[in-house]
Amino acid sequence: FYLTPPQVNSILKANEYSFKVPEFDGKNVSSVLGFDSNQLPANAPIEDRRSAATCLQTRGMLLGVFDGHAGCACAQAVSERLFYYIAVSLLPHETLLEIENAVESGRALLPILQWHKHPNDYFSKEASKLYFNSLRTYWQELIDLNSGETTDVREALINAFKRLDNDISLEAQVGDPNSFLNYLVLRVAFSGSTACVAHVDGVDLHIANTGDSRAMLGVQEEDGSWSAVTLSYDHNAQNEHEVERVKMEHPKSEEKSLVKQDRLLGLLMPFRAFGDVKFKWSIELQKRVVESGPDQLNDNEYTKFIPPNYHTPPYLTAEPEVIHHRLRPQDKFLVLATDGLWETMHRQDVARIVGEYLTGVHHQQPIAVGGYKVTLGQMHGLLAERRARISSVFEDQNAATHLIRHAVGNNEFGTVDHERLSKMLSLPEELARMYRDDITIIVVQFNSRVIGAYQNEE
Amino acid sequence: AAGMFLRALSDIQWRAAHPKWRRMTGSQRGTSTTAEPHPLSLPAQAQVVICGGGIMGTSVAYHLSKMGWKDIVLLEQGRLAAGTTRFCAGIVSTARPVAVELKMAHYSNKLYQQLEQETGVQTGYMKTGSISLAQTQDRLISLKRIASSLNVMGIPCEIISPKKALQLHPLINIHDLVGAMYVPEDALVSSANVSLALATAASRNGVQIHERTSVSHVTIQKGQVTGVETDRGRIQCEYFVNCAGQWAYELGHSGEEPVHIPLHACEHFYLLTHPLQEPLSSSLPTVVDPDGRIYIRNWQGGILSGGFEKNPKPLFTEGRNQLEIQNLQEDWDHFGPLLSALLRRMPGLEALQIMQLVNCPESFTPDMRCIMGESPTARGYFVLAGMNSAGISYGGGAGKYLAEWIVNGYPSENVWPLDLKRFGTLQSSRTFLRHRVMEVMPLMFDLKVPRWDFQTGRQLRTSPLYDRLDAQGARWMEKHGFERVKYFVPPGSDLLDLDHSKTFYKPDWFDIVGSEVKCCKEAVCVIDMSSFTKFEISSTGDQALESLQYLFSNDLDVPVGHVVHTGMLNEKGGYENDCSIARLSKRSFFMISPTDQQVHCWTWLKNRLPDDSNLVIEDVTWKYTALNLIGPRAVDVLSELSYAPMTAEHFPSLFCKEMSVGYANGIRVMSITHTGEPGFVLYIPIEYALHVYNEVMNMGQKYGIRNAGYYALRSLRIEKFFAFWGQDLDAFTTPMECGREFQVKLDKGMEFLGQEVLLEQKQNGVYKRFTMFILEDHDTDLDLWPWWGEPIFRNGRYVGKTTSSAYSYTLERHVCLGFVHHFDEETGEELVVTTDFINQGEYEIDIAGQRFQAKAKLYPFSSLFTQRRRKDEVELSGYQRE
Repeated sequence: FYLTPPQVNSILKANEYSFKVPEFDGKNVSSVLGFDSNQLPANAPIEDRRSAATCLQTRGMLLGVFDGHAGCACAQAVSERLFYYIAVSLLPHETLLEIENAVESGRALLPILQWHKHPNDYFSKEASKLYFNSLRTYWQELIDLNSGETTDVREALINAFKRLDNDISLEAQVGDPNSFLNYLVLRVAFSGSTACVAHVDGVDLHIANTGDSRAMLGVQEEDGSWSAVTLSYDHNAQNEHEVERVKMEHPKSEEKSLVKQDRLLGLLMPFRAFGDVKFKWSIELQKRVVESGPDQLNDNEYTKFIPPNYHTPPYLTAEPEVIHHRLRPQDKFLVLATDGLWETMHRQDVARIVGEYLTGVHHQQPIAVGGYKVTLGQMHGLLAERRARISSVFEDQNAATHLIRHAVGNNEFGTVDHERLSKMLSLPEELARMYRDDITIIVVQFNSRVIGAYQNEE
Repeated sequence: AAGMFLRALSDIQWRAAHPKWRRMTGSQRGTSTTAEPHPLSLPAQAQVVICGGGIMGTSVAYHLSKMGWKDIVLLEQGRLAAGTTRFCAGIVSTARPVAVELKMAHYSNKLYQQLEQETGVQTGYMKTGSISLAQTQDRLISLKRIASSLNVMGIPCEIISPKKALQLHPLINIHDLVGAMYVPEDALVSSANVSLALATAASRNGVQIHERTSVSHVTIQKGQVTGVETDRGRIQCEYFVNCAGQWAYELGHSGEEPVHIPLHACEHFYLLTHPLQEPLSSSLPTVVDPDGRIYIRNWQGGILSGGFEKNPKPLFTEGRNQLEIQNLQEDWDHFGPLLSALLRRMPGLEALQIMQLVNCPESFTPDMRCIMGESPTARGYFVLAGMNSAGISYGGGAGKYLAEWIVNGYPSENVWPLDLKRFGTLQSSRTFLRHRVMEVMPLMFDLKVPRWDFQTGRQLRTSPLYDRLDAQGARWMEKHGFERVKYFVPPGSDLLDLDHSKTFYKPDWFDIVGSEVKCCKEAVCVIDMSSFTKFEISSTGDQALESLQYLFSNDLDVPVGHVVHTGMLNEKGGYENDCSIARLSKRSFFMISPTDQQVHCWTWLKNRLPDDSNLVIEDVTWKYTALNLIGPRAVDVLSELSYAPMTAEHFPSLFCKEMSVGYANGIRVMSITHTGEPGFVLYIPIEYALHVYNEVMNMGQKYGIRNAGYYALRSLRIEKFFAFWGQDLDAFTTPMECGREFQVKLDKGMEFLGQEVLLEQKQNGVYKRFTMFILEDHDTDLDLWPWWGEPIFRNGRYVGKTTSSAYSYTLERHVCLGFVHHFDEETGEELVVTTDFINQGEYEIDIAGQRFQAKAKLYPFSSLFTQRRRKDEVELSGYQRE
């Protein structure tokens, strides 16, 4: 079984999406030029999710990747809801009041987010009312709490993450009279998801990370070479600080059973996650909810199963680690990706591949004849070579697609091997998960000119 | 390096040759300040101020001064011939598809040839000839069409074999060629030096030339130019000529009252090389390879080669302050495809050493034709710009026509295709221009086939029915920004895509239009004709009638409710417009003219109607949607919808009445169809348009109604010998010359414009005659189709050209319309054309070099068109909508 190059391309490009921040009269005042995103499923259906949106009532852009486990329900819910929680957390008091008054009197709401979605990225229509009510309760509390202080982005991010996870948990405990919704909120709560979210506003880049997805900055050195700066810490067994944190939070007696086979309680790879109430609720609560829940839940061995050595819940949190970075003109792009990418590629290679891709397409050095002796034939050969370089290496229109092509198709020499690519992509569904994980990538491109101008202003 | 070379190309030669040149300039470029001559101060007033010292400005100055006007000032912001003119490739080529452009280029060539002798300035004129290559049969057809029109103008031109092309130019690779066209008299010049020569002659004739003087804006009072403001002071003037090239748009917009000059610059690249080892002869012909998108000329022993790429780079969209011309970058990657084409055409040049890639912006217009004429909003404000990279070819002729226009009030040729007034404000959006010129520039070398529609800048003006018609399969074309239906593609039928539908032969929509025509003949069709220009003229007293009686040749003092077809003639009796006018009341008139008359007709009337607040003229084009109901069953549909009798006794033809249709009241119904078929045009206030359309379609169903488009209309009107303004009729055609004496009332009891000429023609006869030709031995399926511009031969001698053509589904023959002249066999002098002269000839029409026998007629086939009105035996099953 063999896939032709066009077939390979149609698989790789099926989920690609690009967004360019619109320029007004050639004056682009955003530090973000735009982004490319893509995902390649290994699970069927894919358990990764991605989101991107522009905050309309505050400045800034939000981008995030979400790696689901035990189903996609939680990742889906987080991808739909988290940005609203963040946006609301960032809103000034007056805007919150205005929104609340509008809801109260049935007037049209100010739009909070402008989504940039691939047609395959859906929203759950059925749950929107439920989700909205939870969100409204949150902003009503924020209104009541009015501290009068300006919103700190770091705090807003942490609050939003924690609040959403809390709401997911509460909704599952309370249930819903509608049986479909009831089952949905339970599936959301019993499945889990990591989240790696970037908030870009001018030169201020915040990364909030929960779990083992990763954010990486591509930096162009003065000599034109590329280097990578990681802007998040993986929350897993490889992270000593994380292991230490978990151990600190539980009695000494559990020290041995907390992390087994590099997994939390011997079960869970990420050490922080949304949902996963099996690692958060008390045993009594879990039993009560499962028993009173719908049959589908009751019949599910996974949900009924209580993790071993489960003594002092919660073992898991959705609280993110937030890293702030001030963008510099040499910071050219940001890669957000789920662990499916990082398992197969070193960050240094990611920086180089994306960097060369972006500059190759946009900034190939112009040729000038100057005072040199060049013949028409030589020039013709030179131009043909330049074109060939562009077309063979850069058949992709999307940096994320290009990265996936490398992640899946790279041979031992670090170049894309079509045969390998074809094999990897034609694996049957049940085998695919053995060879690769879901991969989701967002590549955000920065506008160095705007960033430089910001710097000069200060 | 660029600066050095370019100076070598123009200025130095020029100055060396003319040490006596009076430089009336301010500062000169260079480091030395001590040597600068004192700037001559600007005059306080002049009759004419010309802005722009390129080929256009100097040519206008030259021709004005030749015509005896002396009080002229030419202002140049930099130095003479320093803009696009300096960078121009210097090819004078007469092979142009539009007749008036061809004439301009021909005149330019003649002018430049003797210019050196006249002025003493070396112009580098060299008659090299040019070879246009065809890689495909279609290209060869288009070359043959051009060759036919060059030949009948007496310009030597021949279609040659690839082998012959190789003999003319030893470097051409001919293995992929099917033929070529050789024009031996085409020439090369140094365009900057031509411009300087024209300036020198003008200066000797008294024209004042000031360099380093920029015009900031033009002052206009009460619609009349009063002067210009420059950075060195103000000059009062009567006439202003905007020859600012790619800055013309901005200059037009700089004043308080904008003058819209729709043009936009694109980067244009050409390559210069060092000489060949054995330097190329300076008499080697220029090679144009349109399929490869390139041209190649000899240049100082080496070559100069440029082209018009598929992906042009527009620039200066936001105005001139972005970049200076001098700083434009060479872009080799962009030039790559053209370089490939060059080496494919001349593989022997591989080892030739590059000197430079020149980036020279050119300005392009929305329809690939240049812009000349007077502003519709400011009298005395003339424009000559937007040369679509043919500035040097047009320069001489264009300058001459514009000078004539200024001095005489009109040029000596029909320049409507180039008239600024063919555009309105709607073509002057920067976004529109930027998008459109990106389509226009590649078109320079694209195959020009009949019925080409621009694809960019569309869906600007639309009828309220646009979406409805589109959903029913409408295919669209555009006129003056307005979307009009060509035909309706029935569901399920597949037409070729745009690129593959290009043909000189029978088009793929042939049967579709045929069935629309059949339905018009036998049942009823509806055509949305909302794009037509519509004016209302009314007055408190008799002012409207009196003024219109003077401006129109037919008698408009008709009973209220009558519709009159009439020409709007100029002093020479020529058609400035051809329209239908309905008398709505004693004191108000409703006037329908062709779509592209919106600006021209408005200006014409505005400038000639008395300045009287009691006489009001209003453009109501946008207020009405027009539905044309064509066919014998139109009367049934309309009477059922209005509960009013619509038969000929109650509603004779050429009648107009406001009535209700469906629920909608105030619909202006006219019993004309613009096709000679029975039917009505409904002028519907736009908010009722959808309602009336729905009613008509619902009611019409039982009468076999269907939608139709302009292609059907065109076939119907041409087989009926109806002339159309802008295609058949122009400012140089009188009603007498096209058999329309019946639309002229020489005895209407008062004088009207053009009357004298018409009287004279009535007495002494006409020198050309509009004639209808039926092609006899033409196979519609296999032969090339006529288009327009085909030469007409009478007894083997050239007598004129066709102006339009269509397939007549009724006659099952092609019909061409065109003008027949009578040239004296000995002297070539034009003689009177009599009916006998027309009737007693054997005619042939030349389509791309192949001649077809044609039968000439001065009147339509009335017998073939007896109206089968309301005959009940007409079968309708065939015309129900499939």
